[in-house]
Amino acid sequence: MRDVAIVSFSQLPSVKAMEAADEPELVQPVTSDAMKQVGLTQDDIGFTCSGSTDYLPGRPFSFVAAVDGLKAWPPLRESHVEMDGGFALYEAWVRLMHGDIDTALVFSFGKSSLGPVPDILNLQNDPYYVQPLGLDSISAAALQAQAMIDSGKATERDFAEVAARNRKNAMDNPNAQIKGDFSVDAMLEEPYISSPLRKSFCPPLSDSAAAIVLAAGDAARKLVKRPAWIRGFDHRTEPHALGQRDLTTSPSSKLAAEKAGLRKGRVDLAELHAPFAHQEIILREAMGLGDDINVNPSGGALAANSLMTAGLIRFGEAATRVLRGDANRALAHTTNGVCLQHNLVAILEGE
Amino acid sequence: MSEILSAPYVLEYTYTRSTGPVVSRFLENLRYEVLEGVKTIDGRVLCPPLEYDEEGEPTTGEFVPLRPSGTVKSWSWVPEPRKGHPFDRPFAWALVQIDGTDNAMVHAVDAGNAKLMETGMRVRLRWADEKHGTIRDIACFEPISPYLPGPVHLEYQVNPGKHYSAYLRGLQEGKLIGGKDPAAGKVYVPPRGADPITGNPTTEYVEVADVGVLTTFAIIRIPFEGQKLPPPYCFGAIVLDGADTPIYHLISGVPYDEIRMGMRVKAKWKPQDQWETSLENILYFEPTGEPDAAFDTYKEHL
Repeated sequence: MRDVAIVSFSQLPSVKAMEAADEPELVQPVTSDAMKQVGLTQDDIGFTCSGSTDYLPGRPFSFVAAVDGLKAWPPLRESHVEMDGGFALYEAWVRLMHGDIDTALVFSFGKSSLGPVPDILNLQNDPYYVQPLGLDSISAAALQAQAMIDSGKATERDFAEVAARNRKNAMDNPNAQIKGDFSVDAMLEEPYISSPLRKSFCPPLSDSAAAIVLAAGDAARKLVKRPAWIRGFDHRTEPHALGQRDLTTSPSSKLAAEKAGLRKGRVDLAELHAPFAHQEIILREAMGLGDDINVNPSGGALAANSLMTAGLIRFGEAATRVLRGDANRALAHTTNGVCLQHNLVAILEGE
Repeated sequence: MSEILSAPYVLEYTYTRSTGPVVSRFLENLRYEVLEGVKTIDGRVLCPPLEYDEEGEPTTGEFVPLRPSGTVKSWSWVPEPRKGHPFDRPFAWALVQIDGTDNAMVHAVDAGNAKLMETGMRVRLRWADEKHGTIRDIACFEPISPYLPGPVHLEYQVNPGKHYSAYLRGLQEGKLIGGKDPAAGKVYVPPRGADPITGNPTTEYVEVADVGVLTTFAIIRIPFEGQKLPPPYCFGAIVLDGADTPIYHLISGVPYDEIRMGMRVKAKWKPQDQWETSLENILYFEPTGEPDAAFDTYKEHL
């Protein structure tokens, strides 16, 4: 396996509504900044890959329009996944394994402010049995949260404590949208949206974009002093139907973490993509991340949740801490699909 | 920079979907109110039926008829439904394990009240009135109650008897009437046919005052079936001046934390033009403001 590292990361601050930005206007600032940080231009990039969903702007092939935010002439080697940018990073990493190119640019953009996101996400559900019922994303997550309570694995207070801790961590994150020292008791007084989920147990919806530059071997060492090496990278998926799995566990993230090499050494921190508070509890248990691990120093998706971007940002936040020398070994995670269906885990390490 | 333009925009696709043999059989059967599951190679039953199980094995194509009832495995109450939800009134989402199956179906439960929802509850399927061969041919599920309705309805013609009639006629005129056995001297309100101490008839009617002593009371704070008044309210025993037994009535016109035994109270009557043969002519008893009666003066009436 070839050594590949994250060498730079750029993101736009997550905000509720970024009115003055279409796709190229979201993409251009982060891609150009990520390349500029390491002295590269688009001409130096071997492969470009993005993650987004066209249903957010409601515009088919909006990912094609986004390429206008790059320098796309002469023609690029380019690809796109209709998933979070974390999965675009995975594709770029696999592409670098071919050995013929040394650099890749990964980006994603999510403009959540344009449409009814909980209803848009119903389009992820089974089109025969679930979509016609109108199961919105909050209600689907609520079925999972109630199953957590019924199984005795967590209480509503646990959900509130996860939300409070993440948003407190986010006070140090200039790019986060919801941050502060929030009262657990006050959260527990909020009305239910879909029980047992109250507003504070749900993520905000954000507009943002992010970009990462990957480089292999010596190319990475030339670009930065301390690359964030990807020591292991694994993506696992569970059955689509909610009634076909135990929603209180995450065997896919457990297996992905094992395959990525989580147990080969101690991690200093983990950036988990858990949009709903109860999902962090599920992921921690599945991966065996104890209380001694610093989870989501950035505040996670509960503090900033640009759809299709929040996962890539987890990789960026974890890598940044390795690049800066604040952490030696970090776990980064991205999820996609209803109730943690897909899980992607990488272990990042400094030299 | 010029102002950003904004406009409403609707995205629709008028696609149709082919369903294949497994899904189409299931959905077509719903039109005829037939619920079926499909068997897996290892003998499990899946409803809704799938072409492949989670092991990646094709299901057998053998369908099993199912009873339209099941058990809730998880649920979420939606107090304010979204546009596109199956109901425009509060309802629950649920994972329902149909009886005889090994997976669960996402659907709605029309329970009316979140308090009726719990994991493990039994539900029955409610069919939609109009069917189109879609999952919405199942309108929803509804709770199976462990209770059978058991109402009793009998019609009588009652009369209160001679002494109670005298009492009620007295009330119609704004008087409180008691009965007495002249030999024993005790005054019973309302009057009875006999003095229970002597066993002699109470031959004499006596008018007692509409003022008396509150001997004991209870403040009702919990709701119960058939309750006429919204809690909290106070109910007390009042020994009227001239009576030897208490009547029971509402105590009002005073903060509840000031109500006490021995308090002197007076009837608050309805306007006279509304008087009937009923104790409801008195709305409630309220404090007179007189000094409290000493315990010894009413202790024998407790």
